Amino acid sequence: MNAQTDYIVKTENLTKVFPQKDGTSVTALAPLNIEVKKGVLSALIGPDGSGKTTLMRLMAGLMLPTEGRLTVLGKNVAEEPQAVQNELSYMPQKFGLYEDLSVEENMNLYADLHGIPQDIRPERFERLLNMTGLSPFTKRLAGKLSGGMKQKLGLACTLVRSPSLLLLDEPTVGVDPLSRRELWEILKSLVASDPISIFVNTSYMDEAEMCADVFVMNRGRVLMEGTPADIRALAKNLCFSVEPPETVPTRVLQSLLLDDSEHIIDAVPDGGRVHFITRGAEQSPVLDNFSLTAEAVPERLEDGFMLLMHKDLKENPDLSAPAVQSRDDKILKEQKRITSDAGLPVDIEVKNLVRKFGDFTAVANTSFSVHQGEIFGLLGPNGAGKTTTFRMLCGLLPATSGYLNVAGVDLSVSRTKAREKLGYVAQKFSLYGNLSVLENLRFFGGAYGLSGETLKKRINEVIDEFSLHGRENDAAESLPGGYKQRLSMAAALMHKPKILFLDEPTSGIDPLARRQFWRQITDLSAHGTTIIITTHFMEEAEYCDRIMIQDQGRLFAIGSPEGIRDELGLKHAPMNEVFITIVENGRKEEHK
Amino acid sequence: MNFESLRAFFIHLRFICEKELLATFKDKTARQLLLAPVLLQGLLFGYGATYNLDQVPFAVLDMSHTKESTSLIAHIDGTTAFSRVKTLYSTNEIAGAMDSEDVMVVIVIPSDFESKLAHNEQAPVQLITDGCNTMTAGLVASYIGRITAAWNAENIGTPPIELITRTWFNPNQTTRWAFLPGLIGMISFTQVIMLAGLSIAKEKEQGTFDQLLVAPFSQLEILVGKALPPMLIGMFQSTVLFLLALFWFEIPFSGSVLLLYLTLFIFVLSSTGIGLTISAISNSMQQVLVYVFVLLLPLSLLSGIATPIHNMPEALQIFTYADPLRFATDALRRIYLEGAGLKNIYHDFIPMLCVAAITLPFAGWLFRNKTT
Repeated sequence: MNAQTDYIVKTENLTKVFPQKDGTSVTALAPLNIEVKKGVLSALIGPDGSGKTTLMRLMAGLMLPTEGRLTVLGKNVAEEPQAVQNELSYMPQKFGLYEDLSVEENMNLYADLHGIPQDIRPERFERLLNMTGLSPFTKRLAGKLSGGMKQKLGLACTLVRSPSLLLLDEPTVGVDPLSRRELWEILKSLVASDPISIFVNTSYMDEAEMCADVFVMNRGRVLMEGTPADIRALAKNLCFSVEPPETVPTRVLQSLLLDDSEHIIDAVPDGGRVHFITRGAEQSPVLDNFSLTAEAVPERLEDGFMLLMHKDLKENPDLSAPAVQSRDDKILKEQKRITSDAGLPVDIEVKNLVRKFGDFTAVANTSFSVHQGEIFGLLGPNGAGKTTTFRMLCGLLPATSGYLNVAGVDLSVSRTKAREKLGYVAQKFSLYGNLSVLENLRFFGGAYGLSGETLKKRINEVIDEFSLHGRENDAAESLPGGYKQRLSMAAALMHKPKILFLDEPTSGIDPLARRQFWRQITDLSAHGTTIIITTHFMEEAEYCDRIMIQDQGRLFAIGSPEGIRDELGLKHAPMNEVFITIVENGRKEEHK
Repeated sequence: MNFESLRAFFIHLRFICEKELLATFKDKTARQLLLAPVLLQGLLFGYGATYNLDQVPFAVLDMSHTKESTSLIAHIDGTTAFSRVKTLYSTNEIAGAMDSEDVMVVIVIPSDFESKLAHNEQAPVQLITDGCNTMTAGLVASYIGRITAAWNAENIGTPPIELITRTWFNPNQTTRWAFLPGLIGMISFTQVIMLAGLSIAKEKEQGTFDQLLVAPFSQLEILVGKALPPMLIGMFQSTVLFLLALFWFEIPFSGSVLLLYLTLFIFVLSSTGIGLTISAISNSMQQVLVYVFVLLLPLSLLSGIATPIHNMPEALQIFTYADPLRFATDALRRIYLEGAGLKNIYHDFIPMLCVAAITLPFAGWLFRNKTT
């Protein structure tokens, strides 16, 4: 390593262009000039597809830059990839663990691959196992670990040798908040105790907050570099928080504020209140309508980040997804908060639901009901059992035992009948890729019994509603991400279902698109559609009327976000904290 | 089922079939697979896969040097099936000629040929064939046998006992005639199993199968909707081959077109059943390809298209009952060449219908009940 420099990575006009099959090309990295500081934790934040992974893979010498120079650990990566790779460790998004090998065997395998001598292994392994909390599980198969434990094992395997630079690509996506916190404790102590630099890709703001240096990236360019405080400062004096009236759902107030783009840049529900960023001193008339006064609150890293995103969007309006069509505010304003279950018609009823795969219990004895017009959230980390529950609800997976009633139909008796009343949006884009937008809509309309003129009319309606104009004849797979998401929604809503099922609809879409998505959901709910949604973003619980939190197949909590918070005595606490408290309480009880 | 639900059934069916066909025809590779392999294989088998005797190289060792021997050799020389490449002068040369591999058969006429004939005794002619290629060797022997018999008849008059062998329906025993009608089934067999096999696995891989299951389609609608498009494509490909046999290779068709298509329909139905079952069992397209390759070769071998089934060990013959291609090949050949009617071939339909009756409902059940 070069002793005179205080940076560990330096890019000079670094460019990466991917040529496409059809002759065009995609610029993943525009000329990039950054320096990553040595010996600290640095974070790279930005929406999916902004070039974060490309940059990381270039640093690791896994691909060559199109143009420009990239210096890592004092060496030009393009010229000496092997020399650079000998000194750095890279943990990709999906780390290659051998699921049929035990924790210890995996670590030994990686130690063999890196040529770690046998005599230093016991000491090293012990340190890593203690650090990651995996010591009690050395004999367990990697495939049987939870999502969070798998990531920790991945990290341990990455660290079997002591690298000078550690590159981590979204190490905590879909990992539960507790494991996330533990993983970051490891990183922080590592940087304090070892001569190591860590560079992390992340989409979680609370993680970036813990870093010494943050790079904000969008569309292949770095919009800003600075300490978390620097980025936060962008939103200084612009942030406010307001508590909605008792009868108004948080998301309705949030939507109305978000719609007032003249005064408000961004609004998001937060701990039972609405947190928003104003354009200036003038307050929004929306608040006057409800006779509310907002209180100024300290700015957060996310506020600075959102400001940067909005600014970037404004500078490149052609790239932005068109705004969702105007809607009827009246219906939205009239929506009342669901305060008690009594008297509300039930759309989904679940009693003692169990699902086992072999000897593994994916969902253990779960009961709940969902009311008409409610937004019901299934929350939990990957592997919590929420997808299994969800698949049983929409009839994709038979239950091992228990009672399931959807839209007034007992699923064990007639699944076809229940299906007519529900719409379904899968986790990953799953429409017919080589069919055009119109052909897809036609097929799904036909599936739900529409035909002839009715079908044509409805297709035109959803094209309007989801701003799919000008893309009607494009193949679905060629659409940009935001359009795909909207097409999926349009296809699922062709038959105006009573109940809409959404499986992780917001994973992998950028923060602005997420706001728009929830804006649309709020609208649908106001019009009486019941919505069941799964998400691993804990903060999205704030949009829901009621949520159900699962972990390792068990139901930990169910109720309105406020109700759950009150019960735990954590008023206005962020959902991550709520989740951690619930899981810790749950595990404590189990030990008793 | 009342009228309304019947109507709904057909509307659903129309939308699924429309989507299936669109998805197939919009896929460039799928499009290329529709016609090119059919024509290629049809022409390849039509021209290449033949056991016909044509220009078989032979050598002659005539030790008799008489008018009779010369006349016999002239008869053999006179056919296009044989072409003389060597004339030998002593028995020592035979081994060399055979080893050189450009001679497949040596005809030896002994020196007493003429005198034995004159005494009305049997006059043996020796035929030395290349046993490396048993099939050709057998054909050579029988063909030369026929030439000598004809020569006998011409020169000596009718012998006391005459054995007449005649091959019916394919008098010249042209393999092309036997091959192509059988191929009408085999071509679509491969493609139908492949198309049906990939159809569900592909949707599973792309995640669209869940969408299909969540939509209010009944099991039957999905099953029929998934089965019809590959069947249509299979029938189309068989038609292409049928036309190729009829007009390009000019093999006369002596049966009923209606019966031919009935046979094809039943055959394609059972093949689709096999394909859909493979697809429903598999979780990925790769898995389907492995199954298809493992299955196709034995199914083709057991079909009797290349080798006669009654020559197979008995245990293996039992297996052939599960092979729709066996019965389709038999029925198609007989309809095409013999002009067989329904009463002659209906027994071929039974095993095929059995296969369809087992595989199709099984696949339909697997769609919904196989959990991954």
